[in-house]
Amino acid sequence: MIKLSPHQRANFAFGGISGTAAVVILGALAFILVDVAVNGLPTLSWEFISQNPREGMTAGGIFPAIFGTVLLVLLMTIAVIPVGVITAIYLYEYANQEAWLSRAIRSAVYNLAGVPSIVFGLFGVGFFIQFVGGNIDRFFYDGQVLWGQPAILWASLTLAVLTLPVVIVATEEALRTVPREHREGALALGCTKLEAIVRVVLPQALPGIMTGGILAVARGAGETAPILFTGAAYFLPHLPTHGNDQFMNLGYHVYVMATQSPDIEATKPILYGTVLVLLLVTVILNLAAIAVRSRLRAGRA
Amino acid sequence: MSTTQEHPIKLASENLELYYGEKRALHGINMQIPERRVTALIGPSGCGKSTFLRCFNRMNDLIPGVRISGRATLDGEDLYGRGLDVVELRRRVGMVFQKSNPFPKTIWENVAFGPRLLGTRKRADLDEIVQRSLQNAALWDDVKDRLQSSALGLSGGQQQRLCIARALAVEPEVLLMDEPASALDPIATSRIEELIHELKERYTIVIVTHNMQQAARVSDYTAFFYMGELIEFDKTPTIFTNPREGRTEDYITGRFG
Repeated sequence: MIKLSPHQRANFAFGGISGTAAVVILGALAFILVDVAVNGLPTLSWEFISQNPREGMTAGGIFPAIFGTVLLVLLMTIAVIPVGVITAIYLYEYANQEAWLSRAIRSAVYNLAGVPSIVFGLFGVGFFIQFVGGNIDRFFYDGQVLWGQPAILWASLTLAVLTLPVVIVATEEALRTVPREHREGALALGCTKLEAIVRVVLPQALPGIMTGGILAVARGAGETAPILFTGAAYFLPHLPTHGNDQFMNLGYHVYVMATQSPDIEATKPILYGTVLVLLLVTVILNLAAIAVRSRLRAGRA
Repeated sequence: MSTTQEHPIKLASENLELYYGEKRALHGINMQIPERRVTALIGPSGCGKSTFLRCFNRMNDLIPGVRISGRATLDGEDLYGRGLDVVELRRRVGMVFQKSNPFPKTIWENVAFGPRLLGTRKRADLDEIVQRSLQNAALWDDVKDRLQSSALGLSGGQQQRLCIARALAVEPEVLLMDEPASALDPIATSRIEELIHELKERYTIVIVTHNMQQAARVSDYTAFFYMGELIEFDKTPTIFTNPREGRTEDYITGRFG
C-alpha cells in the first residue's frame, strides 16, 4: 500500500475535480446536441425548410424564419464590419494611446460587450425606431408611420451595435499582428498614413478581421432578445422585401412556439426541427465566413 | 564643424538637435554630406547615428514626443520648413532598414509598390521599372523566373536586395541605409557591399553601420558619433589611419564601443 502525502492527495483530488468539470461541460453539450438531433431530424425535410407555416404553426415549414434570419445576419454584417473596422483603425493607428478619449472609447467598447442583450433591444426601440425612424417619418412622410415601427433594418442595426465590440476587438488584435517594419517600409516609400493602412496593413489584417466577422455572425444569428421589439414578427405571410418590413426569425420562432402556441404537443416536432435548423444555419453562416477567410489567406502571397 | 570641399553638398545639417521627450539624443550636429558618395555613420549603440539618419527622411516624425531644432536640408531646402511635402521628400530620399521588410506580396508587387503609389498604371511601364530596379539591385538574375511568387520565400540577403530594389524603383536621389547588412551572413553582406559600390555612381548613400571594416570598405567619408555628438567627420582613409580625435581612434581600434 502506497501512502500518499497530503500534497499528493490534494494534487490527485484537484485532477479529479477538474476532469469531472470538463466531463460535465462536454456531457451537457452532447446532451443538448443529441436531444435536438434525435427529436429534430424526423421533422427535417425539404417541405419543412421550403414552405410557410400552416394551421396556426402546427404544420407546414419555417422557410420565412430561415430567410429572415439569414437576411438579418447579412444586413447586420454589412453594417457592423465597416463601422467596427474603422473604429479599430482609429483606436490602433491614429489615437494617442494615452489620451483620455481613446481610453474612454476603449472602455466603452469593453463595457458594451457586457451589456445584457435585452438592453440592446430597448436601445433599438428608443434610438432606431422612435428617434431615427420617427424623424424620418416626420420629415419625409408627413408623419405617416413607415419607418417609425419595428423593421428588419432596425433589428439588424440593433444587432450590429450588439456585435460591434466583437469586431472592434478582433480588428485591433489583427492590426497589432502587422509588423511595425511594414508600416515603416510603406511610409518610407512615400505612402501617406492612409495609403500605408489601405495598401499594406489592411490586406495583412484581413483574415483577422474576418475572424471578428465570423464571431459577430455566430453571436448575431443566435440572439433573440435584441430583435424582440425591433422587428421580429410572430407570423408573416410574406417575406421581407423592404428595409421597413418586419420579418420572421428562427430564434423568435422558437420562443413563440414554445410559449404562445395553443397546442404545445402539436408544435413540439416543429419546435425541435426549428432549433435544429437554427443550429445548422449558424454553423453554415460560420462555415461560409471561414471559407471566405481561407480564400483570402490563400490569395495572399 | 566638418566640411567636404571636393563635391557638391547633397544633405546637410546645421546645429541639428533632437529630443526624445526630455532626453537630448542629438547635440547640435553640423555636417555636410557630399553628393554621389558613400558616407558611413559609425559609433557605439545609442550614439544617435540612426536617429541622425532618420532626420533626412523624417522617419523620426513617427515617434511620439520627438522634438527637433536646427536645420536639416536636402539640396539646401529645409526639411522641417513649413510647406515641405513629407511624401515627396520620402520619394526623393529612399530608405533601407536594418531588418529587411518586404511586404507579404509577390516580388513584382513589392518592387512596383512605389511606382504604383505615384500613379504609374500601365503594366508594361511597371514591368520595365521592376526589371530595371531588380537589375540595379543585382537581384534580377535570381528572381526573373519567379516574379509572381512570394517575396517571403527569398533568402535573407535576397530580401534585403529586394528592399533596395523597392527603394530604387521610385528613382530616389538619396539612399539611407540603416545597418542594411547587420542581419546577413558574410556572403550576403559582401554582395550588399558590392551593390553599394555600384549604386554610388548614381545615388548619394548614407549608411549606418556597426561594422568598422564595412565602413572602411564601402564608404568615401566616415562620421564618428558618440553620445549624440558628431566627434569627427572626414575622408574614410583619414578617419581610419590618422584620426584627429583620441576618442575616434579609441573606438576604431576597439578600445571601447
